[in-house]
Amino acid sequence: MQAIEIKNFKRNYGEVEAVKDVSLQVEKGELFGLIGPDGAGKTTLMRSICTLLKPTSGHIRVMNRDSSNDYMEIRKIIGYMPQRFSLYQDLSVTQNLEFFADLFQVPADEREKRLQRLYEFSRLKPFRNRLAGALSGGMKQKLALSCSLIHTPEILVLDEPTFGVDPLSRAEFWDILKSIREEGTTIFVSTAYMEEAELCDRVAFMYKGEIITSGPPEEIKKSYPYPLYRLEGENMRQLRSFFDAQKKIHSTQLFGSAVHVSFEEEPEEQIWQKWKEQTDKNLQHWKKESPSIEDVFMYLIKQENRS
Amino acid sequence: MNETAVKTENLTRKFGDFTAVDRVSIEVNRGEIFGFLGANGAGKTTMIRMLCGLLVPTGGMGHVAGFDIRTESEKIKQNIGYMSQKFSLYNDLTISENIDFYGGIYGLSPAEVKEKKIRILKELNLIRWANSMTADLPPGFKQGLALGTAMLHDPPIVFLDEPTSGVDPASRREFWEVIHQSAAKGITIFVTTHFMDEAEYCNRISIMSAGSIIALDTPRNLKKHHQRDSIQQVFIDLMKEETQSPENRAG
Ligand SMILES: Nc1ncnc2c1ncn2[C@@H]1O[C@H](COP(=O)(O)OP(=O)(O)OP(=O)(O)O)[C@@H](O)[C@H]1O
Ligand SMILES: [Mg+2]
Repeated sequence: MQAIEIKNFKRNYGEVEAVKDVSLQVEKGELFGLIGPDGAGKTTLMRSICTLLKPTSGHIRVMNRDSSNDYMEIRKIIGYMPQRFSLYQDLSVTQNLEFFADLFQVPADEREKRLQRLYEFSRLKPFRNRLAGALSGGMKQKLALSCSLIHTPEILVLDEPTFGVDPLSRAEFWDILKSIREEGTTIFVSTAYMEEAELCDRVAFMYKGEIITSGPPEEIKKSYPYPLYRLEGENMRQLRSFFDAQKKIHSTQLFGSAVHVSFEEEPEEQIWQKWKEQTDKNLQHWKKESPSIEDVFMYLIKQENRS
Repeated sequence: MNETAVKTENLTRKFGDFTAVDRVSIEVNRGEIFGFLGANGAGKTTMIRMLCGLLVPTGGMGHVAGFDIRTESEKIKQNIGYMSQKFSLYNDLTISENIDFYGGIYGLSPAEVKEKKIRILKELNLIRWANSMTADLPPGFKQGLALGTAMLHDPPIVFLDEPTSGVDPASRREFWEVIHQSAAKGITIFVTTHFMDEAEYCNRISIMSAGSIIALDTPRNLKKHHQRDSIQQVFIDLMKEETQSPENRAG
């Protein structure tokens, strides 16, 4: 069954076409990721799914209900965490959690279980009596996440939930998302962290109001058309400039402590030694790399900017 | 200016009886890109606000660009750039107006602002966007422009608190290009991030937990020492060790 069905959806703000012509289906129980650059229209799309914006044209159906006509029903089954969730700054951590648990009428025994689990991830228990306003940026974000996860709606829409969240808490948050999915909830999530996109059942890449590509991460990665190599050496920036200047290079990107170079055609075996010498041994390691979602992202941006 | 851009000794900040920054001693060199990492709530923003002369320490001392953070906070404000965790340009002003606005805040004369504006827009390839609304700026350029604006008064050091949170991979790379260009000119960059690939682009990084620095070295040495391939793994190892130690201190 489809949990979310989007057909030729368009949304304008005055003359600006924020979302152009999007058709997309999310299955029940799916963990669906939305990625794309700033201003691609992700938030507009998510707000529309949550019935907070009406389509300029086209349709959105959520669990077989129409977002324009049956929005009151949709709101009962959907949980939405906006990019800037507002906590009650003058309530403590516990008071905020209690407030949302009351709001969503979470039964007492269920509540305890959830709080335990959420405190484990957020590490906020020692700070439970601190006012939300006095928390650090990332702690506020984690409290906001905990408030949205205190109940389990049928459908959960999360707009950049891990904004400013540290790496360990991010990993733990995604463990929670997966266990919520196991319980049958459909999750629609946007993120700027490509390692998180890798964890979704399917991912859509949005650019300038359109979905450019979508599918399971494995398939999206297979669509990467060039042989890709991961290079390591002493000075990455130099290494990158060196390869930028070579022939038949499609692209070069810094990837943390390595450089990813994609070639228009597979380079010949013996040329690597030559490159090693030409870079004065700056080039130390090279190995064929399977493309990550981030490689695909960089590739798609390049393609789109060209056209 | 001497070769040390930032130096602290046992710098401490308490809120009531909770210690947010606990006797931190660090030294950052001129022209260095210093990555200031740590768990949520570790004390990074608190530390940066003290270094920028915006928050008074409750213990220890610190110098930034040669000035005492306790007694010369005015001087410090004139000699640093600061992009706070919430810093953003005004979307409803044009790019040119944003630069004018911040130029005014830094007390630059209109002539100076004009000259700086042309330079920044040239460096960022944004000349033809000068009169566009900031909201319409192509993704990626906004953070670069924000950084340019935070450096309008040519400070020798900038503090960037999570400049790339929520920023997509392509735009983050563009932003780091600007950081490298600035560092190449001798500007010291003090930057926090939760993207661990960015940690690898720093000359040195420190990792903070519960108010203290628990690791400080070059990314390469840290990986070697912890026998890990990436800073991401080193970070997670360290955080797990920390949380296994007795109940976190709390206020
Ligand atoms: N005004 C305040 N009153 C009480 N506690 C405070 C205040 N400001 C900060 N804190 C506490 O100090 C600690 C450090 O906060 P800080 O903002 O420096 O963390 P951070 O390392 O920047 O975290 P993040 O990665 O989430 O931005 C947190 O526990 C926070 O709740
Ligand atoms: Mg902070």
